[in-house]
Amino acid sequence: MKHKYESVIGLEVHVELATKTKIFCSCSTAFGGAPNTHTCPVCTGMPGALPVLNRQVVEYAIAVGLATNCAIARYCKFDRKNYFYPDNPQNYQISQLYLPICRDGYIEIETENGRKRIGIHEIHMEEDAGKLIHDVAEGCSLVDYNRSGVPLIEIVSQPDMRSAEEVIAYLDELRATIQYLGASDCKLQEGSMRVDVNLSVRKVGEKNYGTRTEMKNLNSFKAITRAIEAEAARQTELLEAGKPVIQETRRWDDDKGESYAMRSKEDTRDYRYFPEPDLVPIVISEEWIREIRARQPELRPQKLLRYKREYNIPDYDARLLTAAKGMADMFEETTALCGLPKKVSNWLMVETMRLQKERGMDQEEIPFSSENLAKLIRLTEDGTINSTVAKEVFEKIFEEDIEPEQYVEERGLRTVHDENTLRTCVERIIAENPKSVSDYRNGKEKAMGFLVGQTMKAMKGKANPELVKELLRELL
Amino acid sequence: MTEWTALTLGKKIQAGEISAVEATKATLERIKNLEPTLNSFITVEEESALKQAEEVQKKITAGELTGPLAGVPAALKDNLCTEGIRTTCGSRILQNFIPTYTASAVRNLQRAGAILLGKTNMDEFAMGSSTETSYYGPTKNPRNTAYVPGGSSGGSCAAVAAEECFYALGSDTGGSVRQPSAFCGVTGLKPTYGTVSRYGLIAYGSSLEQIGPIARDVADCAAILEAIASHDKKDSTSVKRRDYDFTSALAEDIKGMKIGVLTDYFGSGLDPQVKTAVLKAAETLRDCGALVEEVKLNLTDYAIPAYYVIASAEASSNLARFDGVKYGYRAPEYEGLHSMYKRTRTEGFGTEVKRRIMLGSFVLSQGYYDAYYLKALRARALIKQEFDKAFEKYDIILGPTAPTTAPKLGESLRDPMKMYLGDIYTISANLAGLPAISLPCGKDSKGLPIGLQLMGNCFEEKKLLRAAYTFERANAASITEKGDRDDRRPVYGSAVPERSSL
Repeated sequence: MKHKYESVIGLEVHVELATKTKIFCSCSTAFGGAPNTHTCPVCTGMPGALPVLNRQVVEYAIAVGLATNCAIARYCKFDRKNYFYPDNPQNYQISQLYLPICRDGYIEIETENGRKRIGIHEIHMEEDAGKLIHDVAEGCSLVDYNRSGVPLIEIVSQPDMRSAEEVIAYLDELRATIQYLGASDCKLQEGSMRVDVNLSVRKVGEKNYGTRTEMKNLNSFKAITRAIEAEAARQTELLEAGKPVIQETRRWDDDKGESYAMRSKEDTRDYRYFPEPDLVPIVISEEWIREIRARQPELRPQKLLRYKREYNIPDYDARLLTAAKGMADMFEETTALCGLPKKVSNWLMVETMRLQKERGMDQEEIPFSSENLAKLIRLTEDGTINSTVAKEVFEKIFEEDIEPEQYVEERGLRTVHDENTLRTCVERIIAENPKSVSDYRNGKEKAMGFLVGQTMKAMKGKANPELVKELLRELL
Repeated sequence: MTEWTALTLGKKIQAGEISAVEATKATLERIKNLEPTLNSFITVEEESALKQAEEVQKKITAGELTGPLAGVPAALKDNLCTEGIRTTCGSRILQNFIPTYTASAVRNLQRAGAILLGKTNMDEFAMGSSTETSYYGPTKNPRNTAYVPGGSSGGSCAAVAAEECFYALGSDTGGSVRQPSAFCGVTGLKPTYGTVSRYGLIAYGSSLEQIGPIARDVADCAAILEAIASHDKKDSTSVKRRDYDFTSALAEDIKGMKIGVLTDYFGSGLDPQVKTAVLKAAETLRDCGALVEEVKLNLTDYAIPAYYVIASAEASSNLARFDGVKYGYRAPEYEGLHSMYKRTRTEGFGTEVKRRIMLGSFVLSQGYYDAYYLKALRARALIKQEFDKAFEKYDIILGPTAPTTAPKLGESLRDPMKMYLGDIYTISANLAGLPAISLPCGKDSKGLPIGLQLMGNCFEEKKLLRAAYTFERANAASITEKGDRDDRRPVYGSAVPERSSL
């Protein structure tokens, strides 16, 4: 490669808000449900039906705006975005173009080179569309309007990111913030958070932006990272070959690990935006903003500082624990019950996150109670069970939220501390493994480990390992 | 009986002199006889009307329904959604559309005990001024069937004039209640924007339109408005008012009321006979004690272009939902989605609707938005300002409803530009959101009715109704004095040979 290139990345993030009812009618926003059961004349675009704005949508948008350092508009409006598609029953989407609710904010992320500000251009409110289902067998398409009218906010960043790592850090911070506010669960897989990546490349040192593409269909952080890397490489290759980058919308295929063009700038639709005449302008008073600010929960940056101060845990732990609100809540609840913040942190960061990952779960999804984790930690601390048994019991807690004290009793998992029982067992192991015994006596320290293991196995893992080691040394 | 006003009938029903069922049967009988000639209705709901009449009469007898309109048969413009009753908007694209819900204004009428006879003819999607753009054939003017009834609420106005109902609801986006009221010799009111809920009114120009009453006289209009007006949470543009008792304004007292005669509306293009009748009406009001003087506003030049840009822009978006996917007409043959959209809309919409959708799409498109749509919005704001200024000085602004009396059938379709210009006096009230009423003030030499238009400031329906009521009384008295026959009753095609088709 002749030159060094850098990526310039901006994001458009759609987030489904956690309101009980839709943005312009009182239908339920619940996910799932038989097709077209959460619908009414408004969200199915019946003739004569009119939208009425859900106040909670405005409150969530303001809350997210405040948490991301935006200026909140005192006067804002909705506009119609006109385009024909069957999932959009009115053939226009009610959105905000001219006067969005929030503007000019930022989020701070950690990078290799320290803290960095990622600008937020605007946040606006809009309605979601329904879902098309293509029935290949019947040769027809069906439409489900349950999702039509579910409230969304779109958070448009500035083109301030330079790498996939920065993008993930930004998304991580944004997601945590929105989850902390309770404004959305932000699940990429379920589509309650959708990310479109605008990316261009340029030679390092260049001031002007290159031609950008927009990437869609990114359903996980991993897919986002892969897509960014692939797109940066594709554009760089084009430029190196003296070919132009075409401004277009591309669709990422995560299975193939590549993207393809959906539509070019030439067929960019003219959305014919104009002010929505069926809704009145929203006037946002200082007092309303003050009220929302006062209700704002503790957000991630404050929580991070407090964790380090109050619980004296390392920065690394505090960051991991505060990334998802559910995880942070679990940490605080469990610590309140059993103390020992570092032990709680370890169980959450290591075992919990490992099992979540294995099962493809989100960090928000914690399937057990703080009471049971606290009891498990107590059982470990007072030596009732050893760490091997503890891991086994924890998996049970994770899977079924079992009560650990009862579980340990019922299955006889208590650690054996009785010296006579252990001595008998160790004597038997020494007799059965003459080779290892002689190895140890000849200075092979490794043989010791094997003998401890054999004893533990014979004791079904329940022996006190320290005591076993002591006895082995004594008897050898 | 069918010539009675709605309030007269309502009173007699309350007094037990006549039943709601008898009144309903009488109107249905008239509908049966006149419809082959007039075509005021797209849908007549005979069975359901009689059933409603029986139920309503029971409640009246039981003393549960005591309102002035209880038991009175009425008709609805076919752009008002009625649950279970086909609602076509005068269009092929909705020829099989049966709404799942009822418009708020209609529900209010039902609560007041109205008997709903059916759905009246209209220009397709309320786009037109003659009721000739309807897919269901033109309506004829009951005063003379060689002429149009005006539009777009032509069916409602014709039905009221022909005594096929006691009153009707229309909708007024640019004069669609007032202009056909003028042409048919009935009284029609467009309320202040936000007074009557638009929920369930199939939208044409959302920021301009209101549902309004069409009736035999001013008192009926006041009573109907009282019944249909409400603050509706389902319509964000609906306003909560403190003065829903509109009938309380019906007094013959306009002493000291300041009336401005809008000179802008008396320039070229105005038929001299209309001019004479309207100026005479101003004199009548002066005789009743009002202070009448001329006022000039400098706005008529911009009102028509501003109106057609804004209304068409909104319409192009409002009518996008008619695509063959969810309800209404779908082209029988197509290949793929785009062909389905294209054929459905090509076959489903008529010429005038397509013209306005194209015009509206054009003025909103990239590169033209500022030059057309934004400019039209600015013109609209200026027109509103002009009216605000005028209403600082005047209580009422007076002028003709339309430049001419009703044109002959077929004339408007030949020259759409001329038809657009016919809206010149009515659209300002829509652009500025003002209440305005049209009421009869005479006839031309052909015997066609002339309409007087009175406009009030926003939320001043009461003043408007009082002025209109006073004029109506004074005018009736002067006709009686001169020994003229009070010929409110229409002539049915006998004077002029019937035209069987266009």
